[in-house]
Amino acid sequence: MKKSSVLWTIVICLLLIFAKIFMGTSFLVAVVIAGTPLLFATLGELITERAGNLNLGVEGMMLIGAVAGFGAGFITKNPIMAIIGAVIAGALAALIYGFLTITLRANQVVSGLALTIFGTGLSSYLGTNFIGQKMPENVIAFYDPIQIPLLSKIPVIGQVFFVQDIFVYFGYIMAIVLGIYLFHTKTGLNLRAVGENPSAADASGININLYKYVHILIGGALCGLGGAYLAVVEVPQWQENITAGRGWIAIALVIFCKWNPYKATIGAYLFGGLSIIGFRLQHLNISQNLLDMLPYLITIIVLVISSMKKSKENSPPKGLSVPYFREER
Amino acid sequence: MNQNVFVKMEEISKIFGTVKANDHINFEVNKGEIHALLGENGAGKSTLMNMLSGIYKPDSGSIYIHGHEVKINSPKDSIQKGIGMIHQHYKLVEVQTAKENVIMGQSGKFFMKDKELSEQIKKIANQFGLAVDPNKKIYDMSIGEKQAVEILKVLYQGADILIMDEPTAVLTPQETKKLFKIIKNMAKEGCAIIIITHKLHEVMEVSDRVTVLRKGTTVGTLNTKETSPKELTDLMVGKAVDLSIERPNVQRGPAVLKIKELNATDIDQVKVLNGLTFNLYAGEILGVAGVAGSGQKELCESIAGLYPIDSGEILYEEENLVGKSPRDIIKKGISMSFIPEDRLGMGLVASMDMVDNFLLKEHHNQKGFFIKRKPIMKKCEEMIERLEIKTPGIHHPVKQLSGGNIQKVLIGREIETNPHVLITAYAVRGLDIGASHTIYDLINEQKQKEVAILFIGEDLDVLLELCDRIMVLCDGEITGIVSSSDVTKEQLGLMMAGEKGPVEVDIV
Repeated sequence: MKKSSVLWTIVICLLLIFAKIFMGTSFLVAVVIAGTPLLFATLGELITERAGNLNLGVEGMMLIGAVAGFGAGFITKNPIMAIIGAVIAGALAALIYGFLTITLRANQVVSGLALTIFGTGLSSYLGTNFIGQKMPENVIAFYDPIQIPLLSKIPVIGQVFFVQDIFVYFGYIMAIVLGIYLFHTKTGLNLRAVGENPSAADASGININLYKYVHILIGGALCGLGGAYLAVVEVPQWQENITAGRGWIAIALVIFCKWNPYKATIGAYLFGGLSIIGFRLQHLNISQNLLDMLPYLITIIVLVISSMKKSKENSPPKGLSVPYFREER
Repeated sequence: MNQNVFVKMEEISKIFGTVKANDHINFEVNKGEIHALLGENGAGKSTLMNMLSGIYKPDSGSIYIHGHEVKINSPKDSIQKGIGMIHQHYKLVEVQTAKENVIMGQSGKFFMKDKELSEQIKKIANQFGLAVDPNKKIYDMSIGEKQAVEILKVLYQGADILIMDEPTAVLTPQETKKLFKIIKNMAKEGCAIIIITHKLHEVMEVSDRVTVLRKGTTVGTLNTKETSPKELTDLMVGKAVDLSIERPNVQRGPAVLKIKELNATDIDQVKVLNGLTFNLYAGEILGVAGVAGSGQKELCESIAGLYPIDSGEILYEEENLVGKSPRDIIKKGISMSFIPEDRLGMGLVASMDMVDNFLLKEHHNQKGFFIKRKPIMKKCEEMIERLEIKTPGIHHPVKQLSGGNIQKVLIGREIETNPHVLITAYAVRGLDIGASHTIYDLINEQKQKEVAILFIGEDLDVLLELCDRIMVLCDGEITGIVSSSDVTKEQLGLMMAGEKGPVEVDIV
């Protein structure tokens, strides 16, 4: 094992113990729940950026996924439809971005920002009828915590990680699947090549546009799921702008986790913790405004630190946000 | 059709806008043959080869591979037909290993079996005598190793037709020798190899046949054994050309520029200049040799005041230039022209016309708030005439001129300021023979005016012929300063690769 990963493990264990002693197990359970939408969004942006596309539309895709997921669940009263609705809506939102940046070769930053603005507006518009409405009981019940046999018996960790709803478990699975996909499969290797050096990938016969489209759509679907988790499971009641900036944190988390899906879990739960710690510390008489600021402040600090430390392995994909033309060389 | 004809291109034409890049070209390569494709810039070599590798599609004409007529629509098509192209700028993913680069884009099992693949790759590498460590990252490799990975990649793809675009442009003579051995090996194994080049001695050394292109048409295909460099040049240029470069004898003057223990680091804290010490004399051309990225650019820029240096002195007539602004340095009569890889010279604004580009350097000397174009226009007219710059007029944007003419404008402007020290980097980069000679003449003219010239070059043959002394850089360090009349190309090559040679700062 590398020195850095040993260090990470120790830090995380210490954090866990610290949080357990001072905040209690229920806090840790809440941390995982708060981190789950961040995890989905981070993985979605990660896979998009691995294809060489910077999609700043995460916030917008999350909101579109949230309103579609809530709407589908609310109207059909079917928990599965809520998921399907969110996935399709997120992917469709990403398709707009993909069409603009891949086929029309528009500027990625502008297209992403436009998608966020569009998504925010669209979700408010579609959500007007849902304001104050609650998810049907049977949908909420479907997402009740499920105990995993054996694993849930592990002291502390079992209670925190393995007595959760299926969304959370799906989050773990996605992180692991994406990790294996990126680093141990042929398509994953090709994807990394597309993001790093599209002209090299093209010369090797890889279909650049296909890879970009597919992974941007997957990324959008994951962001949509992240949004839906907020609206369907975490707070099963519609409220406008339900993501409250989580999409932006997810973009920063991709940098924090160095484009590595495994590390994305650490980042997501860490920031999940930061986002709810405010409620738990209210009795300490610290200004609520200061506490609310915490996740965003840490985001800035993380970005500063990670841009100071430079190494070839952990740098962003080289082709990131550069549109590719075969004949322009 | 004969099975031994691997590639046959018949009556190929390709038109870009109004330019006929390829005009009814015929080209044929046999099994086991090394075929050189020779031509000046813009002769259509790359266009022709890009039609084989799937980048362009021909407007008319037909391509036969292994005797079958084919349509090549994409690089993927091309690879499937056994064609492998090794581009001049390597197409490798820097953060991945050699192995990952080789198997990229290829069919194979969904989950990668690391050991199995390593074995396979080693086997091919050994067969052709390529020294490649499959698990080494590309960014840790030397240029020669990177090229070996590129070759391995196309061999792994099963290519038996290899196209190499200027394969020796960035190699030391030793690496070039190694490469030629590998190429000959591949030919023996039954591959057909096409080398795009403009270096004549390499054509003579390695190829079996050579096809010469001129202005988009085939001039002819010759057996290498039955031709000579002189004949090939004449065919290439279309008229008899004198190949030798003049080296006028000029009495060397005093040391104008003295560099002492110059050190500099780049953004990543890597040393780019390491204790450089040398003198530059009036009336001499000091050549700088070295593999690309050995510190040439940083040296130029430090002298011109554009690059921050850590320690050391740059003495111009006993005055230290360190810390002076670029404008002060220009005013003292030190002028620099650097031609970067993309050729739109540093210091020219592409969309401006010649007059405005001249003004960029001149307006400081004019009095008053408004600029005066008239005197500059006269200077430009004079220069167009003197340097034979081909342009529709002085008010034409420089980016629409051809590469050679842009370079003439850039160097002409530097000369116009009557410098005492002239620094030129890659002055003939990408120029054809005729244009190169005009530039050499210009530089020699300056030498005769007792200007001290630092000439940073790529082609060792040119350095040896043109320069009085040659300084070799390797990883930002001087590995030798020698008189060009008593050094061989091989010795220079060793120094470029890092071997310490004689450092005689003041040899005459």
